Parts: sequence; structure tokens; C-alpha cells
Amino acid sequence: MKQAPDRLTSLLDECKSLAFDLNFSYAKQWKAKSKYRLLVGYLPIYVPREIIHAANGMAVGILGVGDRKQIIKGDAYYQSYICHLPRGIIEMALDSNLDNFDGFLFPSICDCVRNLSGMFKLAKRGKFTRYFDYPQNFQKNIGGTFYRELLETIINDMFKLNDMKITTKHLNDSIALYNHNRELIETIYNIRQEYPWRLSAVDVYHVIRAGMVINVEKHNEMLEEIVDLISEDFGEPMDNIRVVISGSFCEQPPIGMIKSIEMAGCYIVDDDFMLGSRWIQGNIKDSSSDPLNELVDSFLTQSAPSSAIYDVADPKGARLVKQVKMRNADGVIFCAASFCDPALLDRPSLQKSCDDAGIAHINFQFHENTGQFKVIKEQAGTFSDSIKLWV
Amino acid sequence: MSNPKEAIKEKSMVIQKEMLANLFTELSNAKANGKKVVYTFVPGNITELILAMDMLPVYPEINALQSGMRKKSGGYIKDAEKLGFSEDVCTYVKCDIGMMLNGNIGPTGEKLPEPDLLLLSYTGCFTFLKWFENLERLYPGVEIAMLHTPYQEDGVITDDQINYMVKQLKEEVIPKMEKVAGKKLDYDRLSKMLDNSVKAEDLWVKVLETAKNRPSSIDAYFAGVYYMGPLNTAFRGTEEAVTYYEELYKEVTARMDQGLYPVTPEGEMKEERFRLVVEGPPNWTNFREFWKIFYDMGAVIVASTYTKVGGLYDQGFRHEPGKPLESLAKYCMGCYTNLNLPQRVDLIEHYIKEYKADGFLINSIKSCNSFSAGQLLMMREVEQRCGIPVGFIESDLVDPRYFSYANIKNRLESYFQMLGQRKVILAQEETVI
Ligand code: SF4
Ligand code: SF4
Repeated sequence: MKQAPDRLTSLLDECKSLAFDLNFSYAKQWKAKSKYRLLVGYLPIYVPREIIHAANGMAVGILGVGDRKQIIKGDAYYQSYICHLPRGIIEMALDSNLDNFDGFLFPSICDCVRNLSGMFKLAKRGKFTRYFDYPQNFQKNIGGTFYRELLETIINDMFKLNDMKITTKHLNDSIALYNHNRELIETIYNIRQEYPWRLSAVDVYHVIRAGMVINVEKHNEMLEEIVDLISEDFGEPMDNIRVVISGSFCEQPPIGMIKSIEMAGCYIVDDDFMLGSRWIQGNIKDSSSDPLNELVDSFLTQSAPSSAIYDVADPKGARLVKQVKMRNADGVIFCAASFCDPALLDRPSLQKSCDDAGIAHINFQFHENTGQFKVIKEQAGTFSDSIKLWV
Repeated sequence: MSNPKEAIKEKSMVIQKEMLANLFTELSNAKANGKKVVYTFVPGNITELILAMDMLPVYPEINALQSGMRKKSGGYIKDAEKLGFSEDVCTYVKCDIGMMLNGNIGPTGEKLPEPDLLLLSYTGCFTFLKWFENLERLYPGVEIAMLHTPYQEDGVITDDQINYMVKQLKEEVIPKMEKVAGKKLDYDRLSKMLDNSVKAEDLWVKVLETAKNRPSSIDAYFAGVYYMGPLNTAFRGTEEAVTYYEELYKEVTARMDQGLYPVTPEGEMKEERFRLVVEGPPNWTNFREFWKIFYDMGAVIVASTYTKVGGLYDQGFRHEPGKPLESLAKYCMGCYTNLNLPQRVDLIEHYIKEYKADGFLINSIKSCNSFSAGQLLMMREVEQRCGIPVGFIESDLVDPRYFSYANIKNRLESYFQMLGQRKVILAQEETVI
């Protein structure tokens, strides 16, 4: 069996250490190089990072602390029946992890994230803090106008801090860079679909998550190299089933859990772990005389259906079924954070869509710091065996 | 646990009971009479629009809370859980879905009609969105209108937000309502209804403000949830609602003039030992027992945030008959859970000072992230700013598994003890001065 190239191993190690650097050292060093640079933290799931990039800023994904930081203060801010993600984030905000960040964006995904934006305001963190309340109306002249105004407000927040005007060229360039980023990510998922043994699900996780805490230029370079390296043949296929994971778009599952699922015989061929990085489906026009308008249009017409978007004709269920078919997957693992209303309230109808399409599924709940995976491993193993036996 | 005596019924209560009975009769005859039925939510509701088009509103949260009070919610929730809904999610949603699975029998024992329109005007809570997505699956093919209310994330209502809402109303919501109703919206009629809304709103504020009096003649939380009913639900904009609030205000002022204490299900309170401000919804499955813990201890709630989920009239908001759509938009955005956390803390601080409260208590609801997430920080802020004892208890809206009577009673007794000691100390300090 041909071994993975050394360069790939070292790139993956780099991604791993970047992905879980809860001090965001790389981003802080990047900012320290110029007083006009901005760091804008954002929570799961989607913000148009292009506008931050074009304003000489870096959008930094804040995805919680996982099992990497002990929560002491955070638990005193949240009742036991609230998910884990905001505890770690408030802990980071109260410690020094988020120092030097200029602003924070809290995308509209649930009331916990929404209220966390107010907690940041009360705790006076960041020079600006915005709940990014994107429209749930998708008509260009209604939701589109509102969305554009929202983007302009954030652009203005940034302008007040560094006096940098976003030009048409800047924004077009940023759009092009993020288009390329999404293309490369998609390429990695496509290669994995065919040859899932070349990169483990955990590796993919680290690679994508690293991109949320570094500048897009550097991430693109890393992704290009990774794509080249995994286009070569190495490793050996296992007799695993192929699954899609659904429901982990905000609080992130522990790495041990992702590992356990694969070790139990399930190749994860698609997931929604870092949906924000893959939110826009396809490219956004990058040679426009009004690039802000292109960003608005992309939100209205190219957003991935998700639990954060009002879903009148049930495209979420249809999308999941389509995704399973496209990825040639054998089943779905519903994997939501405990107490996550958006994921858990969507689950029954998504399960029904799978049932109607004859797709097998199982379901887990987790906390980002769950430490025991024995049960999950057993269940995933049984799921894998049952599919191998009957399908 | 006590066996509450027959509740005392004042005239306003009788009026409200009749209003509700008539509504449910109308609802049960809706299909036969060709009346269209709209399912919608309480916070940020646009009832005047529904009524102006001669449609009948149904509020799923009200059904859920009624199911809680009638001890039906536990079974409904379990049925929804059997369908795949997690134990962790909002129990209002599960109770409503469970009720539907069990024949959709409303509080009067009659079947509620199926919706002709799902009007999702969701204010201050993301779960509403999920709730209605689930309802759509249960009523496939039903007409749906969506009104997105932007959050007051920066503590203000902006012109952009108002324009966004007005456009949604004009171009999406009203045309869909007209299609279902089979008639055009009569703007004059809407304005007249908003005129009635203002009259009722003025009276409601006067009722609430009587609690500034010492002693207060009302309990602004436990009784407040009854008082707010007509304004927050199917009757805002009607003559009946105005009559109800006229009567209520008359009764309350008469009681105040006589120096009487609040009415409880077991008669009048005999003292006002503690004045409290409460944040968070009440528990419905054990509402009476919950209330009793307070009135037995002489604790009167003089202001509450829950009674503001249907609007902050006491902070000056009024519907504007001359600007109907703008004022409906502002109304939706102004409801309590649509305020950001700093605004909520400011409001509570204001209540504590204005109503001269001795203590501040949070009833944190397991189901409701919209209210609950962030409450512990709010509590600290309020404590720091106001220097009064704060209390914290936990329960749920309609899931009886999360109401522990003994636990809540113990906590409240310790809290009241603390308030009592503080009163003694303050009195001593005053004597020394
Ligand atoms: S995990 Fe779910 S409930 Fe928690 S913050 Fe994220 S979306 Fe909200
Ligand atoms: S989360 Fe709270 S506000 Fe939202 S539907 Fe549930 S009980 Fe109502």
C-alpha cells in the first residue's frame, strides 16, 4: 500500500494546530502587522466574509471551545438546559482569547446566539457587536433591499474603525478569492467521495476549520496543495459504508466522535459541520460594477437550505435526499448538539424525508465536550453492519 | 398542596370568559359559516388585520398553555416525542403538535378548525419559525404568509427595518390574506380598529400602573396574564376589548380607592409584605400552586416582563390609526422578547425603581431560549445596578416533568426569608438615621 505523502501529513498537522488554536494567534499576528487591519469574529454559521476581506479585515470563525478549554465561568452564565456552545464562547470573551478583535457578528441561527450578542454588548466586548439578522424574505426588492442595508451597516462599522473605503475592485477581488476557496473545498469533498481513504473525515474537518481562522489567501494556497496531493493515489479502501452527517452546523461535534464514527465503519462523505464556508452554492459574479449587489443576490438565490433559513417548500429535506444520492451515500447520521432547537426541531421532518426516499438513518446527540464515544461507536457500528447486510 | 377554593369572579372576568366562549363557538362553526381561520402567534401579532378581513385567529401558544392548565400537556408532549421530537426542545411546539395528533380539541372541548392560512409573524423567537415549518408539514398545501420581524439588535427600531416590514406587509402578507379571505383589505376599517386598540392600550397601561400604588391592588404577573389576554390575542381592535378594559380599570381603581390588596383564586390578599418584579413566563401546568406560594407569603408582583410579550404599551407605544402598517411594524418590533439584552436589563431596572420593588425574581423556563439564554447575566447586572436581592427559580411552561413543587417552594421560601431580613435591616437603618 502506498503511504500518504509526507508533505500532506505536514500540511494536515499545520491545519490541525491552526483549527484548534483558541487564542487565534495566527489572526492576531496578521492584524499586528498594520494598524489598518481588522479582526472580525463571527459565530456559526454564515456571514459574507467577502465584505470583511474587502475592508482590510479578516473574518475569524468562532466555533466554540470543544473539549480544549475548561469551562469555569461560562457555566455560571448558562442554565443546564442550554446548549454548550455559548458557554465556551463567553468563557473565551471573559478570558483573553478574543482580545484584539475589533468586532463580532452573530448570525441569526437561534435565540441563544442572538442573546449572546447582547451578552457581548453588556460585557462590552468588541468595538462593534452585531446580530446579523439576515432576511427571511427572499424577494429582491424586499429581503434583498433589507440585506443590502444590513451589509452597508457592517461596512460602515468597519469603516469607522480603519477609515478604509471598500472599492468595487476590492470587493470583486474578495469575491473571486472566496469563490476559489469554495471551489477548492468542494473539490476536496468530491475527491473524498470517490476515495474517502485518502483523507480521513477528521483531516477534512481540520482543513476546513483552519480556513476559518486564517486569511483566505493562505487557506487557498494550502487547499491547492492538498488538492494536488490527494489527487494522487495512496492508502487502501476499507469495507465501510458511506454516510452523510446532518445537524452539526453550529456547536461542533468533538473530534473523538467524528473519529469514532469512521472507525465504526462509516466513511463520512458529506456533512454540515462548517456550513458557513460552503453556504453559497456555486460562484458569485466577480466582475460586477456593483459587487455588493452580487453578494445580496447570492444570499437570496444561492444559499444552501439550512435550519437557519425559512424553508417554505421543504427544500431542506429534498436537499438532504439529493445530497445522499449525489454522494452515493448509504445512509444519514443525524447528529445534533443537545438542546439545539433549530437542529432538533428540523430532525423529524428530515427523518421523514429520508424514510420516504428509503434512506437509512440513525441519530445521536452530543455536547462539544462529550468525552465518551463507546455507545456512539457501537451504534454507528451496528448501523454500518445492518447496511452492509441488507443493502 | 392545597385544594384551591372556587375562584372569585369579578365582572371583568365574566366578560372575558364570555368573549372567549363566543370566539371558540365561532371557531367551531367557522367551516359551516364559511369563515376563514388563521393560525398565528401571540408576540407581534397583527390581529387587527386578521379581524379587519373577517377572519378568525387561532394562537397555537394559547392552545398549548390551555392544555397545560387542563393537565393535558404532559400526554401531548409525550406523543410528539414519540414522533421523533427531542426531549430537549421547546415544549410549546411539542404540546401543540401533540394536541393536533390527538384530534386538535381546543380548551372548550370542541375541535379546532384546520387553518386556511398559516400567518407566521414571528417576533422575538427563532423557534416560531421551526414551529411553523412543522405545521406546514402537518397541513400540506395550506396557504402560508411569512412576516419577518427584525430584532432590535442595536436597541433601536430603524427606518430600514420599518420599511422592510411594511413592504412585506404590503407586497406579501396582505395580498395572501386577501386571497384567503376573498376580499380586499378595507383600510378605513383597519384604522377604526386601531383606534379601538389605542383605547384599550391606554386603559391597560392605567391598570398596570395602579401597581405603583402601595399597597398594589393587582398582581401584575399571575393576574396580569389574565388581564393581558384580550389585548394580546383575538380581541385587540374590537369594541369588546375596550369594554373589557373599561370594566377592569373601574374595578381596579375601586379596589385601589378602598386600599384593597390583589385578588387571588382564594380571595383577597390580606397584606403586601414584598413587592417583586418578575422576569420570565409562568409555569402553566401548576399555575395555581405556583401563585399560591407567592400570595401565602404576602408577595405581590408589581411588574413583570412576561406581560409585555404582546407589546410595551407602558413605555409609550400605541398603534397609530393614521399610519396603520408602519405602526403594526413598530408594534411587532417593540415586543419584549424582541428587545436586546441591554434593553431588557434597562427595562427591569426601570420597573424596579418605578414600582419600588423589594426584590427581583427570574422564573427561568427550560423550553424557552428566547427568554432564558442570558438571564443569569441579566440577573447579575440588575443586582449590581439596583442592589436588591435577586432570586432564580427554574420550571417549564407546559411540561409537568420540569415543575418540582418542593424545590421551587424551598427556594422561594429562602428567598422570601432573605427579603424579610433585608426589610428588618433597612427599617433599623431608617430608625437610626
Ligand atoms: S448549537 Fe443550536 S441552540 Fe446552540 S447556539 Fe448553536 S444553533 Fe443555537
Ligand atoms: S422558545 Fe419560547 S417564545 Fe419561542 S415558541 Fe418556545 S416558548 Fe414561545
